[in-house]
Amino acid sequence: MIRGWSAVYLREVIILKRRIAKLIPAWSVSPLLYLIAFAYAVGQQPNFDGHGHTYPQFLLPGLAAMASMTQAFAIAQEINIARFYWHIFDEFQAAPISNPAYVLGEVLAGMTRAFMAGCVILILGALFGVVLSYNLHFWIAFFLNSFAFASLAVGLAMHVKSHADQALLNNFIITPMAFLGGTFFPLSKLPIWGQRVLEILPLTHASKAIRAAAFKEPSHASDYILLAVVGCVCFLFAIISVNQAKS
Amino acid sequence: MIEVNNLSKKFGNREALAGVNFTVGSGTIYGYLGPNGAGKTTTIRILTGLTRRDGGTVQLNGFDIEREPIKCKAQFGLVPQHTNLDAELTVEENLLIHGRLHHMAKADIIHRTAEILDYIDMEDRRKVLAKTLSGGMKRRLLIGRALMHTPSILFMDEPTVGLDPAIRRRIWGFIKKIQNDGATIFLTTHYIEEAEFLADKVAFLDKGRIVAEDSPAGLMAAIGEWAVDFLEENRLQTVYFNSRDEARNYVLDQTNGCTVRRVNLEDAFISMTGRKIS
Repeated sequence: MIRGWSAVYLREVIILKRRIAKLIPAWSVSPLLYLIAFAYAVGQQPNFDGHGHTYPQFLLPGLAAMASMTQAFAIAQEINIARFYWHIFDEFQAAPISNPAYVLGEVLAGMTRAFMAGCVILILGALFGVVLSYNLHFWIAFFLNSFAFASLAVGLAMHVKSHADQALLNNFIITPMAFLGGTFFPLSKLPIWGQRVLEILPLTHASKAIRAAAFKEPSHASDYILLAVVGCVCFLFAIISVNQAKS
Repeated sequence: MIEVNNLSKKFGNREALAGVNFTVGSGTIYGYLGPNGAGKTTTIRILTGLTRRDGGTVQLNGFDIEREPIKCKAQFGLVPQHTNLDAELTVEENLLIHGRLHHMAKADIIHRTAEILDYIDMEDRRKVLAKTLSGGMKRRLLIGRALMHTPSILFMDEPTVGLDPAIRRRIWGFIKKIQNDGATIFLTTHYIEEAEFLADKVAFLDKGRIVAEDSPAGLMAAIGEWAVDFLEENRLQTVYFNSRDEARNYVLDQTNGCTVRRVNLEDAFISMTGRKIS
């Protein structure tokens, strides 16, 4: 049923490899600015979050969580370029591969982008003297989050009609989540109602799980389960959307 | 073999295809001729599973495109009207990805890539990015890519559109060569001479309906062998005759300048539909 996914994935990896020299600096700019502006210029107090961590230590896992979302979601842009400019989507649709295979290939490509961008952030953090624990739990939460957002990206990419639509999705989905999903500040600093609202966002749970793992603190299984469920629902949505993409 | 029965498709209120029927025998070139907007691309998109039909059946080598899409898609190669090469991949990477999409083994991909590059005469372009190729080379690569998995059916949607006459002739040579290698070819075009040169059988498509189907010679013979063109009230008129002598005699009676020429497929199309193809 998923035979052929590797062809879709391989195509994206070849393009990623070809562009890597441009992408690494591009992936570095935002985290570098956040680390300089927020972590060093604004906050250096030793117990920022009430658990004994400095703001750079608090921020770095949040940036990793954000990268696992934004870079996985960026696969939508690649799909749109392939659809609207190069018409490559037709080549995939005319090939003897199933829609789940196509979705899986694209989702894994999104997760690969996210992983590489995440690594860039961790290396930048190390250069700024922030080294945390990047253990199995850290990466499980990271990949579950990127799986969810890459799947959502593939699904939404099938519904947008132009690049302008894609920019709107980024504005309304990704940007608010990036700032409100527990990336830059602890949710405990918000009023209770605000915390409840933001707990709806998958990124909130990814930030919590990734941060807990990075700090070697006990994590909540519910965060991982929720990310896995959201990921599966989005994956299903992506398959249905690819089906509907045939006029 | 391609079997299409009562194929229909609507876009909103517009009927793109209205009960199209045809059969394409193995090893033949079937020319699907009609003006822009007649339904040629819609037909090819339905036949290749890119667009859903509203009604009718489509079978490729006995497999239904909607009920058994995976088996069906393994039967054909597609040369689309618009170049859809992966611009950021090299020539050989385009072939590699196509081979992988068609579940070819690694050794077969290597072997077949060499064969295809030789076939389309692009061995020296192997490592070149597809976006840097000329229009003619892109078309050749599209054809080569469609043949990569050795399909028994080849769909070609306006394969020479936008190409200069010399390159068009070269592509025609490829198409004939592909037929000689045993493939069944479904070719849409609005170039009269292309259909005349290549097709064993031609269907005229007008407003979503097949209005005639026969060999090019058969379609032309139905209106006569010779045509006389002349201007009447600033409009080009054409009269058809069964022999050159009849045409000459007609010209002798005319006071305006006339041109005597052989009948072509466009004449057949106009006489059947009252419309021009191009």
